[in-house]
Formats: sequence, C-alpha cells, structure tokens
Amino acid sequence: MSPQEAAAAATASILADYTSRTHKGLVVDSPPGAGKTTLVVAATVEIAKAGERLMIVAQTNEQVDDLVDRLASREPQLTIGRLHAEGFEPPPRVTRHDNVTTHNKAENVDKCQVVVSTADKWAYVEDRTWEWAIVDEAYQMRSDKLLAVAPLFADGQALFVGDPGQLDPFSVIESERWAGLAWDPMQSAVAVTQRLNRLKVHQLPVSWRLPASAAQVVSEAFYPANAFTAGTAPGQRRLRFTLPGLRDPWDPTLAEAGAQGWAMHELPNRHAVRTDPEVAEACAGLARRLLQRGTVAEDEHGWHEAEATRIAIGCAHKDQVAAVRKAGVPGGVTVDTANRLQGREYDITIVWHPLSGRRDATAFHLESGRLCVLTSRHRHACIVVARAGITDMLDSHPSSPKVQLNVPIKFPDGWAANQTVLAHLDRHRVAAVGRG
Amino acid sequence: MTFLGSYLKVQALQTGRAQALTTLRHVHLAEKPMVFIPLRMAGEAAAPVAAMVGDDRADPRLLIVPQPRNRDHRFAFMAELAEILVPYIRQFSSRIDLQEERCLDAPQILVPNQGGVSFTRLLGRSTRFRSTTGPYAVPPLVPLLGRWLTFLHERSEFAGSAILLSMTGVLSEHWVTGQSTAEDGNLAALLAWIDPPAGERGDAAALLAEDPLRSPPAGPDTDPGFDHQVLEPLIKLYESTGVKSQLHAALLEQLTPTWDLMWRGADLLRALPAAARVAARWERDRVALARESIRIAEGAFPPGRWDNPQAAARRLAMMESAQQSYEAGKAFDDPLVMADHRMEGVAFEGRVVDLEVDRKIIPPGKVRRVLRPLVTIRTDDPVRITPGKKLLSPQRPKQSCQLMSIDDGLVVIQINSGMSKGATIPAVGETVCYTELDPSEGRRPRLPSLELTPWTHGGPPTEYVPTDEDAGEIWS
Repeated sequence: MSPQEAAAAATASILADYTSRTHKGLVVDSPPGAGKTTLVVAATVEIAKAGERLMIVAQTNEQVDDLVDRLASREPQLTIGRLHAEGFEPPPRVTRHDNVTTHNKAENVDKCQVVVSTADKWAYVEDRTWEWAIVDEAYQMRSDKLLAVAPLFADGQALFVGDPGQLDPFSVIESERWAGLAWDPMQSAVAVTQRLNRLKVHQLPVSWRLPASAAQVVSEAFYPANAFTAGTAPGQRRLRFTLPGLRDPWDPTLAEAGAQGWAMHELPNRHAVRTDPEVAEACAGLARRLLQRGTVAEDEHGWHEAEATRIAIGCAHKDQVAAVRKAGVPGGVTVDTANRLQGREYDITIVWHPLSGRRDATAFHLESGRLCVLTSRHRHACIVVARAGITDMLDSHPSSPKVQLNVPIKFPDGWAANQTVLAHLDRHRVAAVGRG
Repeated sequence: MTFLGSYLKVQALQTGRAQALTTLRHVHLAEKPMVFIPLRMAGEAAAPVAAMVGDDRADPRLLIVPQPRNRDHRFAFMAELAEILVPYIRQFSSRIDLQEERCLDAPQILVPNQGGVSFTRLLGRSTRFRSTTGPYAVPPLVPLLGRWLTFLHERSEFAGSAILLSMTGVLSEHWVTGQSTAEDGNLAALLAWIDPPAGERGDAAALLAEDPLRSPPAGPDTDPGFDHQVLEPLIKLYESTGVKSQLHAALLEQLTPTWDLMWRGADLLRALPAAARVAARWERDRVALARESIRIAEGAFPPGRWDNPQAAARRLAMMESAQQSYEAGKAFDDPLVMADHRMEGVAFEGRVVDLEVDRKIIPPGKVRRVLRPLVTIRTDDPVRITPGKKLLSPQRPKQSCQLMSIDDGLVVIQINSGMSKGATIPAVGETVCYTELDPSEGRRPRLPSLELTPWTHGGPPTEYVPTDEDAGEIWS
C-alpha cells in the first residue's frame, strides 16, 4: 500500500467509526505532521453534509484561528462560528472569511454548522449541547479542562485528536495529592478518558511533514508502540545551497544537514550556564549562514527558497530564547520554546539540545515530549546544537522517577528516548571548528 | 533559580551571611502562634514518639509515647495532644462573624520544617476516621483533632495561607543562604546563616549547627545515634520497669533546642514589617476556618481519602490561582521581589519620557471613539514581554494597560481602563513600574455537579459515606 493509500484508508475508517453513532468517543493518535488538521476538516465536512451541528474544542487561540482559517478556506459554503473571550480580537486571517461569524456570546454563534473555540472559553458555555464534538490537541488538554467542557457533548459523539508524543499538560502546582487517581486533574484529557473508558484508538500512519530521514528515528524514539512512516521517499527532500561556502565555520554542519537531513553541531564538552553564549551564537550563526547561502529546499512539489520564515530555532527555556535573539537572528526566523513550537512546521529547524552543557538531567530536561517537539518540526533538515558529553551525563544520571501506586507507566521513557536520538545524531556529528 | 536569587546566593556565600530576599514579611504571624514539634519513630510512617507543643515560649508542654509500637500508647498521646490543640483551635473557630462568614481570627501552627507539615497530615489521616465506640475506641476529641489537622494541612497547600507554616519554609522565602536547598531544611543551620552568634560568620556557625549532638534534628525524624544509644535503651527500660522519667528527660533534651530555635525564627520574622497584602491573605484563612467550623458543627463527614473528580479539579484551579496571586502580590508589595521579576524580563521600571494624554481610538469591533492614552517609558531593564500583553502597575493597580511596542529601551504602553474621576495617569518624569504579573485571582468556570459528571470522568460517583475501612490503608 502506498503512503497515500494507507492514509486514505485510515481516514476512511476513522470517519466511518465516528459517524456510525456506536462510539461515544474515539481517540485518534496522530504523529507529527500526519494530517491531523486535514482529518478534522474532513470530519467537519462529513458532519455538516449530514445537516448536523458540530463543536470543536482546541487549546489555544492560535490553534483555533488556524483551524477556522483552514476550514473557511476549504469550505466556503460552511457556516463557521468563532467563539472567543471578551476583549479578544480575532486576527485578519479569521475575519477575512465571509462565512465566519465571530462573537463572545454563544447565542450569537450557536446556529452555525460548526462552532470553534478554546477549551477555556467553552467552559463558560451553558444550557446548550452538541451531538457532535471534536477535541483537537487532546493530549495537550488537561483533565480538569475536559471535565468543564465534556457536559456540552456528553450525550453525543466525541472525537479526541492529538499527538501523544508531545509535551504533557503543565501546572505550576506540584502536588502528589491526586497521584494514582483515575481522574487526576494533572493528566491529559485523553489519559483520564482512557483510564475510565476503553475507547477505540485509531492511528494516522503517515507523517507528511517529516522527511524519510527523520520519520524512522522519531518514530522509534518517541512512538515505540505506534510506528509511522514518511510520506516521501528517501532523497526526495533535500537542501541545496545556491551560493558556495568555503571557510565559514558553519559550512560543514550545513553540508551534513543538507545531504542527510540531520546534523549535530557539537561544541567542546563543558559545563555551562543555562544561557550558554557559545550555543546561542551557534544557533544564531547557523540560521544566518543558511540564509547567506541561498538555501533552496527541494521536495515532492518542486523547489522553493528556504526563506527566514521557514526556519525556526527551538530551545527548552525562555532565557535561552532571549540569548539566541541577542546573538543576532535574522529577521523572520522564529525563535521559541518547545511548548510554543508545538503544532508548528518549518523547512529547517535548529535545536538547542535541552541537555547541552548540563551537569544533571532533571525530569524537565528529560521529558521525551520536549525533545520530540524540537526534533519533529522540520520538513527537510534538523540541526541540533549541543556540547559534547551528553551521553556520558545521561549514563551517570539514570532516570529514577518516584514510583507511585496506580500511576500508569509512561512510554516512551525520556531517558531512553534521549539515548535513541543521541545514538542517531552521533552518525551526523560535526565538530565545531574555529570560533564556533 | 532566578538571576537575582543566584546573585544573592553567591553574595551570601561570599559574606558568610544570609541575604534578604524581601524587604517585608509576606506571611501573617499570629500574636500567639502554637509551636508544634513532633518526633516520630524511625521506620514508621506515622508513629509519634514525642511532641513539644505550646503557645507560650516559657511554657512548653512535652508529650511522649513511652512505647511507640503500642497503638494504645499512640492514641493516648493523640488524646493528650487533642487536649491542647483542639481548645486552642476552638477559641478561634467558635468565634464566627456569621454575616461575613469568617472567623474573627484564626489559629496558627508553626512546625519546624516541611517534614513536620507532612507528619501533621499523616497524624490527621491516622486519626480522623477513628471510631469513638466499639473496639479500639478513642476519646471523642481524637477524631476531631484528626479533622482539624487534616484541615490545617489541606489549607496549608494553598500559597499564601499562614494557618500551618514550616519555619524553614517561611525563613527561606525571606532569606537566601549560601548552602543548598536541602541544607536549608535544617532549621539550626538555616538560622545560623540568617542570624549567627555575634562575631561569627554564618557559614561557620551553620557547620557547627549541623552537629546532631549540638543541635538535635528538628524532627520529625530523629538522629540515628540518639535512636540507638538513648531512645532504644530507655524504651526497653520502660518496658521492663514501667519507669518513664528518664525517657521524658532524654526527649526533653532532644526537643528543647528546637523549641528555642522556633521562637528565635518567629522573632526574626516579627522584626520584618508586614506587607500590605498579608492581612487580605489571612482573611482567606479565616474564611476557610469558618467554613470548616460550620461543616463540623453541622455533623458533616470528615473529608474522604480521595477527592472526587470535581473536588480535584476545583482544588487544582484554586491552588493555581492562589499561587499566581501570591507570587504577583509579593512583587506588588515589595520592590526587592519586583526587582527579581524585572531581571527575568516580566516586569520593568523606567522613567516616563512621553505622553499622549488625549489619544482617542475606535477599538476593533467597536463604533465609539474612546480615550486610550499612550505612555512612553525609557527603561534599562531586559524586557521580555510580548506586545499585546496586559500590564499592571503596583503604583496604579486598578489601571489596566497593554504593551504596544518595545524598541531599544523605549517601551510604549496604552492605558485601557481605570481612568475614571480621581484616577491619575503617569506624568512625564515619573518613575513607574509595569508588569504582566496579576495579583487578582481570576474567574473560574463552573464545573458540572456531581450527578452530572460526564462519562469521560467515570460518570456520577456513588455518594461518599465513611466506613471503618477508611481508617486502613490500601496496602495494609
């Protein structure tokens, strides 16, 4: 079966199950770039065609606006309601569509065929129910948020869509009070639902975003139980540099990334402060050099210039983001933390390895979701910047999380996932030369 | 650790003296707090050995369990403890302003460290379900004490609550030492850093204070040497002869140094002036106390072992907003705490250089022109706030603003609200501070009632009725 056929078959069986009315809930696990939004659009069209009303819950305003824009562009006939908080101004990409109604009161949008909003806003909607619901990015949603919105669709059919490999929901509160409880409010919406119900789980089998060079390693490291493949063949995605490079310290790393889809720009082993200036400089320098070299991305659709907006630099911490910006990043290049890069896509990503220069591996830095987000945003190449010695550091800090009664074991283990990725990157290691 | 925090830590290390993290005291300190220093038997989760307790520093009460493995002794100890703590709590919990639904004042229990807080929870856990009739009956005050201890602990998990405090925790919030966080958990060492004996350096004094013979551990865990050489022989002596005076004397000697340290810690805190928001936070404790007091009076069941889905979600949301409000409130009250946030880029201070007082715009989606003044501020702070973010100022907390742009040390903000009569807006030349921190506790959506618990969370739970099983543990 070709990737196209495999993906089409998966989508068809999901839609068949969803519209059969025999499942009160369905879970769809979607690896990075596997066409989650396409699935949501397809399901929306299916429901709307049948003349039924649908509600969609997403997690951030950004996600809601992206989704509304996609839906409205693809289906100009569809009436779409964009429910938002008071004082929120929907961006032009939403307001430009004639078929979109934006309002902060549910009664002004609930006649629409589809109403889209954030979980936070849905929680304030009362006295209304929907027969059909889609919960998007459900693995990012916290259990307590779901509790507030689930009554809106509890008597109908719900589709939970999300990427199980991304970052778990977060709380500023550290409490073990609920550890082991089936409805622990700190876990994800999917986790709570699945511990109390055994919903059928579907999986999208093909990543259209990740190149062939990345799909296998990302799948092995972060999705050990649900393998997926790339939608393109090896060699189909390449980077070409139109301007020659010679003496610049960044060029060997770029050459490796262009040819192989991966490069590990390795700085000398050293313990460093969190905002390691040399790593910051390398991240910014590599981005600058990519643009100077007139990088062109070749893919299954032809080729295009890898402009600044198609390049991202991902870090673990906000202060690292600030350090990279300060090191001189060309305008248009995205610099952000893993949390905020979730769901985004670029041609080339430059990753500040979360464990670079560290003395120890904390749970935060080991979290597999963080590394997964950082290493699965790219269509062509991913360049990881790190200090040497991470493997040794990991070996001397084996992960030993506290064992709690009745808490399901989490896969993949962050420590193991880090080792898998490092073993892979070892084959694409380029020692930094010169000042870099 | 934050930038300023790290800097102060290095400075503490260099000068050999703890550095102030705040200029004010951010917790309420009762006039007569109840100091409670429990000790437990090594190897047991909740077997008390002794406790020193009292609200008068000149008159500590020592309660001991002569044979900690004997459950009857344990509950006799709990009964004695209840005779002290329950009347202490009752003098506050019984005085309720019914109209306002809050107590006029609240109890305050001070324990030495986080271990003491956790042990308080376990003592509550082990006694609140005890039966006062039938086999193994306990005196009626014991389950009541269990309820109050459970309440104190549950309340203490909310940031800003001062009803049950760990001394090391509170001191570490106000001072930073040159030692690690784990070492700060030792009350004697922590106090040595903050307030060393005259003419001594704090680091040297802390090193001496770590000697368990000089300053016995502040509990609940005892020193293994003491267990082995003193406690065990004396418990055996009691077993064979029934004499407990020596045991009493040995435990008194173990606990008295910590007793003195606790009051010294309280003195140090009392010397700091209270921050403006302390009273409002204490009022929340008084409200919580009144509610619990009414629940007990109405004969409601003690809280179950587990939260139902709604209770868990509600509690998490409340804890989160309390945390956020506490962090922000501290910064609004205290310029040194604000400086910490300024270093992190979520707040900035600067001088107003330009003003557009009469600027009127039509906000998107609206039709009427409204007043939206612009203020330009020059700052040297490393601002990391994204444009569009809501900003507040400690000087004008009611005036909600919005960040428009940051360019090379020039920050432009737009004032959105709080310009009614009597309100002032910043003047050119004035030094102002703005931050994205917000001390108000945000609005929370309503959760479905228990009967309407959706299937995603297991459907409506069965009604909770405590049974004798609740007193046991799942693994016992």
